[in-house]
Amino acid sequence: MELPVISNAAPKEASGGGCSSSGCGTAPDALSHLPDHIRAKVQDHPCYSEEAHHYFARMHVAVAPACNIQCNYCNRKYDCSNESRPGVVSELLTPDQAIKKVLAVAAEIPQMTVLGIAGPGDPLANPARTFETFEQLSEKAPDIKLCVSTNGLSLPQYVDEIAKHNIDHVTITINCVDPEVGAKIYPWIYWNNKRIFGIEGAKILIEQQQKGLEMLTSRGILVKVNSVLIPGVNDEHLKEVSKIVKAKGAFLHNVMPLIAEPEHGTYYGIMEQPEPTPEQLQDLQDACAGDMAMMRHCRQCRADAVGLVGEDRGDEFTMDKIDVMDVDYEAAMVRRKEVHDSIIEKLEAQRGHTKPKPQGIPEGSRPVLMAVAGKNGLVAEHFGHAKEFLIYEASPDGVRFISHRKTELYCGGMDSCGEGDEEPDSLLDRNIKVLEGCEVVLCSKIGFEPWGKLEAAGIAPNGEHAMEPIEEAVMTVYKEIAATGRLLPSTDSLKVA
Amino acid sequence: MALQITQSCVNCWACVDVCPNDAIYADKPHFLIDDMKCTECLGDHATPQCAAICPIEMAIVDELGEFLNPPGSLTGIPIEKLKEFGLYREVA
Repeated sequence: MELPVISNAAPKEASGGGCSSSGCGTAPDALSHLPDHIRAKVQDHPCYSEEAHHYFARMHVAVAPACNIQCNYCNRKYDCSNESRPGVVSELLTPDQAIKKVLAVAAEIPQMTVLGIAGPGDPLANPARTFETFEQLSEKAPDIKLCVSTNGLSLPQYVDEIAKHNIDHVTITINCVDPEVGAKIYPWIYWNNKRIFGIEGAKILIEQQQKGLEMLTSRGILVKVNSVLIPGVNDEHLKEVSKIVKAKGAFLHNVMPLIAEPEHGTYYGIMEQPEPTPEQLQDLQDACAGDMAMMRHCRQCRADAVGLVGEDRGDEFTMDKIDVMDVDYEAAMVRRKEVHDSIIEKLEAQRGHTKPKPQGIPEGSRPVLMAVAGKNGLVAEHFGHAKEFLIYEASPDGVRFISHRKTELYCGGMDSCGEGDEEPDSLLDRNIKVLEGCEVVLCSKIGFEPWGKLEAAGIAPNGEHAMEPIEEAVMTVYKEIAATGRLLPSTDSLKVA
Repeated sequence: MALQITQSCVNCWACVDVCPNDAIYADKPHFLIDDMKCTECLGDHATPQCAAICPIEMAIVDELGEFLNPPGSLTGIPIEKLKEFGLYREVA
């Protein structure tokens, strides 16, 4: 069965063209391609809808510590509160503690729509803890949507249970469909009371993932597929993966970059497996986008993330803080309904409104990548304060969101953890390197020194659009560049000064 | 005869769920095996289940102190690399 997919391909393929959401990402009518019942399921899901992630919040509860496979990008020992990556948590919870936490967060953050269980191990390798949490929550806060992530190994045996608990969103991490590729990613699995190594283990895992995917989609449960892009291991192969999972009914494919630092102690980290460059990631996402909807706003969050995607508030909700909170659950649910309804109304209004194709740009102008230090859809951050840059592509068809690039290093290990002992110079150089491929960087303000270094690197700093909506600012700057004639192939120098 | 859990344990619960004898319990700083209950899975399984699912090398030893999952056996990381990163021990 083939479900329709969300289109967030280049604007010229989407109706109307251009992206008119005030933040980043999908054209607002991208979701309207889906049948109503599917659209209704994803339009307020911050992880599935690029548009919704600006308004709706989610949380993960870390009730699932056990795992039944080993991935070469994972190290089960690691727990660092300064880090943000999958599989990492600070505080493991029992189902009872998890419910208490969810209810407290959902009262404090009324934008919350989704509870996910994503680890730190595999939720379906912890079936009792996972399903007890879902069961209690659907009783106590029936308005919160439930979702679960899995490596897929135990998925077929729990599909009925997933359907029973009204979990209508499942994420499966599928990195390969070929056991020989799989053996380079998964050293072993635990299956039928045995540890099975290498190709044999990978083959079973792949069969279970594919079977689970088919079973879920045939029951109408929405499936997103996550893939980790591992250069030289599965990069080309992921194009094949994308085709297959789309054919089997997955509605969204999320290709994420490998995180592999030696200090994480993972196999890939220690063996110096390269991470993909932003360009490699974007090229692969673009290649897969021809076959199915791609997700570009994923922040690869922790298994105990709380709040809006990209703004973790986990520190405010540790168990000791929750224990002393005074929460009125009934009032909280009423308030959530009001908040959710008003956000949906706003999104609906935006959805009906499509932007015309931009005028005054010569046909054949080449696209330009720009980095934006943005917040809440505005050019709002100081260059030096930006923890991430949002990357946009401007072209004669309009402006589209490409990705975000983090400026901070992941935790540098025990010694330097949280101390910020980095030389400012090298930090600046590294942040400029993060902007590779961009010709302009938009920010609210920028210092004298980075200005000079950016110009020397061929990236034009621009602080003239502070507090303006990002997409309007990007288009204005694009038109300015176009007006100089530098975007047409006939000119000798294509470089923006 | 009984197996034991070492300081390498990360308290992930995987072994607790698969032990046929309910011999493993949460404790601080790490999980422990009740040696009165542990049978090393004899009669139940071909291999001890805690050691078959445990993701951490050097976390489970037999009565002689031998690692059931020695360094490098689960991750495939070469011994020299483990030594370089301080992840190698001769004994529990």
